[in-house]
Amino acid sequence: MLEYAIIIAFVMVCAALLLSLYRLLAGPDIPDRILALDTLYINSIALLILLGIHLDSMLYYEAALLIALMGFMGTLALSKYLLRGDIME
Amino acid sequence: MLDIILSILIMLGGFFTLVGSLGLFKLPDFYMRLHGPTKASTLGVGAVLIASAVYFSTSTDEVSLHEVLVTLFLFITAPVSAHLMAKAALHIRVRQDKRTLNKSDQ
Repeated sequence: MLEYAIIIAFVMVCAALLLSLYRLLAGPDIPDRILALDTLYINSIALLILLGIHLDSMLYYEAALLIALMGFMGTLALSKYLLRGDIME
Repeated sequence: MLDIILSILIMLGGFFTLVGSLGLFKLPDFYMRLHGPTKASTLGVGAVLIASAVYFSTSTDEVSLHEVLVTLFLFITAPVSAHLMAKAALHIRVRQDKRTLNKSDQ
């Protein structure tokens, strides 16, 4: 039962990744692209955690934590650049 | 019993992640698109992470609280990044959909 649920969730999260990839490539404005990048890293965290449950391994959790930290930094830096024209003043 | 709870949590997580990205794909302008990922996707990832915490707490002997750390971090940072993105979009005057404009602005 759990195996099937994980496989269905894999399919759903991969579809979500494809949809946000479309927005990253096509998005008409720059904030759209930043938002799509934000969504991409959040979805990839979900994918990594699902892979960890699927393979019964705790290793992937650390990668997920790192992606969460660095992704937030990236979103922050890009938004700040749009807002101020500079990241560190 | 545990299997059923875990399956429901994982399916719910996948579903909400998909709904968030569908909102990002489908809605007409940036300010509407901001709603999908920042709320629905965060909830979905939170559900998957809680399922992972329950799974590793029961499959091994010790309680595993690492995943709660990621959940907490995401729930704190998602509103902050959404706020910053909205501020940046307002600053560079991103185009709005006609239906969300004030009458006086049109």
